[in-house]
Amino acid sequence: MPAGLTLTHFLVLGLVLFLLGSFCALTRRNAIGILLGIELILNAANVNYVAFAFFGGNGPKYDGQVFAIFVIMLAAAEAVIGLAIVLAIYQDLRTIDVGATETLHG
Amino acid sequence: MALLVFYALAALTVLSAMVTAFSRNIVYSAFALFGSLAGVAGVYILLGADFLFIIQVFIYIGGILVVTIFAVMLTQGVADVNVSNRAVAVIPALAVMTLVGAVMLYAVAHTAWPHGAGAAPLPTTYGIGNAFLGPYVLPFEIASIVLLAALVGAIVISRQAARE
Repeated sequence: MPAGLTLTHFLVLGLVLFLLGSFCALTRRNAIGILLGIELILNAANVNYVAFAFFGGNGPKYDGQVFAIFVIMLAAAEAVIGLAIVLAIYQDLRTIDVGATETLHG
Repeated sequence: MALLVFYALAALTVLSAMVTAFSRNIVYSAFALFGSLAGVAGVYILLGADFLFIIQVFIYIGGILVVTIFAVMLTQGVADVNVSNRAVAVIPALAVMTLVGAVMLYAVAHTAWPHGAGAAPLPTTYGIGNAFLGPYVLPFEIASIVLLAALVGAIVISRQAARE
């Protein structure tokens, strides 16, 4: 076990990553920038999962790592679909500024 | 020693994430994500998750990041990237993030977390494989359907765009 390291270290790291990712996703106008922020948020969640798996019990526990693998799998699917949609929007409108894509605006 | 490694990895992760979040240039943002993902991969090593480290490197850095950079290069002329990553509502977002961060930090500091000894570093593939084919076999199968749907969906969406 790493000496001196506690669960709190990793939770704070995950918290900082989550805040930076949310800030990125909230403020970007570029659709790809929003997706980058979401990747940061998912990584923050994964850090927490693996940290809890490591510090949670006395024996080896794999539930947290399995959940992290599911998160990575969903992140891959989300990135592929999201970027395909972004490319389709770009080919239609020549912009990926989320403020300018308002053809569905009533 | 482990503390030193952790702080180095955390600094790499957080500084890269800050570049991703605050850079005005979408290309810098996308490339800075590499440092963030690599730092998180190092944290996995520190937590004894060797299989997750490889997954992180293969799928996140080798897959998602490359696809993202492809999308950046395909949607922006490299010449006009400087105006492409406009940020709006920075002050309200900062206020919300400060509030959320304070609440979460309070929760982290004031909760009685389990103080397990920490699992010894050992190959995790055996346990993860057993978990996937034992208690998690249904989510595992559903995940394959999700991936198939994402594959077909991405092809359909991008082909539709190519026809127009």
